[in-house]
Amino acid sequence: MTTARTHSVSGASASPVKRSPLASTLLNRRLWLGVLGWTLALMIFFPIFWMVLTGFKTEADAIADPSLIFSPTLENYAEVQSRAGYAKFAFNSVVVAFGSTLLALLIAIPAAYSMAFLPTKRTKGTLLWMLSTKMLPPVGVLVPIYLLFRDVGLLDTRTGLVIVYTLMNLPIVVWMLYTFFKDMPKDILEAGRMDGAGTLQEVIYLLLPLTLPGIASTGLLAVILSWNEAFWSLNLTSSQAAPLTAYIASFSSPEGLFWAKLSAASTMAIAPIIVFGWLTQKQMVRGLTFGAVK
Amino acid sequence: MSAGRVTPVGSFLATFMVTDMNKTRTSGRTIGGLRTLSLQAPAVSLLFLWMIVPLAMTVWFSLQRYNLLMPGMTGFAGLENYEYLFTDPALWSAMGTTLLMVGWVLVITVVGGTLLAVLFQQDFMGRGIARVLAISPFFVMPTVSALVWKNMMMHPANGVLSWVAESLGLPAVDWFSSLPLTSIIIIVAWQWLPFALLILLTAMQSLDEDQVEAARMDGAGPIAIFFFITLPHLKRAISVVIMIEMIFLLTIFAEIFVTTSGGPGLATTNLAYLIYIRALLDFDVGMASAGGVVAIILANIVAIFLVRMVAKNLEN
Repeated sequence: MTTARTHSVSGASASPVKRSPLASTLLNRRLWLGVLGWTLALMIFFPIFWMVLTGFKTEADAIADPSLIFSPTLENYAEVQSRAGYAKFAFNSVVVAFGSTLLALLIAIPAAYSMAFLPTKRTKGTLLWMLSTKMLPPVGVLVPIYLLFRDVGLLDTRTGLVIVYTLMNLPIVVWMLYTFFKDMPKDILEAGRMDGAGTLQEVIYLLLPLTLPGIASTGLLAVILSWNEAFWSLNLTSSQAAPLTAYIASFSSPEGLFWAKLSAASTMAIAPIIVFGWLTQKQMVRGLTFGAVK
Repeated sequence: MSAGRVTPVGSFLATFMVTDMNKTRTSGRTIGGLRTLSLQAPAVSLLFLWMIVPLAMTVWFSLQRYNLLMPGMTGFAGLENYEYLFTDPALWSAMGTTLLMVGWVLVITVVGGTLLAVLFQQDFMGRGIARVLAISPFFVMPTVSALVWKNMMMHPANGVLSWVAESLGLPAVDWFSSLPLTSIIIIVAWQWLPFALLILLTAMQSLDEDQVEAARMDGAGPIAIFFFITLPHLKRAISVVIMIEMIFLLTIFAEIFVTTSGGPGLATTNLAYLIYIRALLDFDVGMASAGGVVAIILANIVAIFLVRMVAKNLEN
């Protein structure tokens, strides 16, 4: 409180004599804020840090008293790769996350285009209705989806998961694209139309290149959401199509020493997505809040 | 019909109007109307199917006698499933658990997220990196966070928390047997705190710095500034956070699945997990569907407020 007041007083009078104590209090304040901010940030991040570290320990070190000093090993990574068939689950995750994202973008781009550039009275209603489909709790429709998938042979298939994830993310993808398209100046498209560009050309040569950053971050958000989805993947897959979320869950009933291997597998499973998350955090807010917070 | 009045419950109506409007063409551009129809049709019709088919099936099954283990016993059951469901103590225990989980996680993430957002808005060294670190848990898949917490953090003998407790001379806690619900709440709050932080940090960017400066000039301390300027500014973002979290937290599943499996007893069985047990472990389709209908209704109550809020925002 005192710091704030000092700050304001000096801001008003700004005499050179008072500068030096003020500068030091400000510096002090910055220092303490820094210490507090970093302490809390590190505490929140600690479980992830600890997991990465444990992945490089031997199983014996992993369960020993917590220590930062140990001889690092890559043996867990090698073992997870060779014995547990990590590659298969990773492959499933990649196919399902990227497949569903591409499909969602393909379906959403035309819809978002027409909503942003050819709005009618009903556009708002359609957008809100799309949002409302997101509110249907997955567990409420678990039974019918499970039975339908069983009957048509989609249980434990990548195709099945791609379908579910595409539909799960479609509303968010449409919304996000819509907000990005709306931000684009209309004149450019108008000019293109004057020059005789058809709708398809307009979209391919003008809209897509100009909104590529927005489309990319929309895609990244969809990838993140699909990659981390754990309700449908746990319930609809078992051995064949299981993505990493389900594979990691198989560590929950362990025999013997397994922490280091769990950590190595987990680190590999989350590393790419955390980086994606860091890259898109700003744009992500739009998608996650349906444009309600910008 | 104003957009603000569109609710999830009434949303089927909205869909029919979408198709309808293309015939009546309010915009007056035939080509525009036609294009709208063909461009939006795939997205709208797929989402419509994805919503209406399972929803109708859930409601239908909930009125049927349908157990996969007893193939002979089928037929219309009326409200029997609901009767069983509502007289089942497990349902009320699951409702209580759901309420506790949602409530506590909301309190922790919203209060914590607001304070952290204010802190990370201040200028200090390496602020950008500190922010990124604090946001990271949101991108960790739920099964990983649950297992890392269960094994490496909360393990009664070898976990980091018990080591810290022992170093401080306190007794070690066997988290998952003595405090199962608390443990799950901690894990879920750890995942969602960064979400609240991320949204509220974004909202902080639009805070009028001149206003804060003016208040400071008038002698307002940081606490007064927080309560009279920052908090009112964040009000809308906070309510968005609360509603979005509520919708997701109502159906927490993976964290329970890999740690406690709903136990011990029913201590950590929430509504989502109860439906899972009834459906995929007991194979009682009718009963599970009745539970599903209850979950849908609960989520819709929250959703109506969220959709209204977004609608208001869309109008500006």
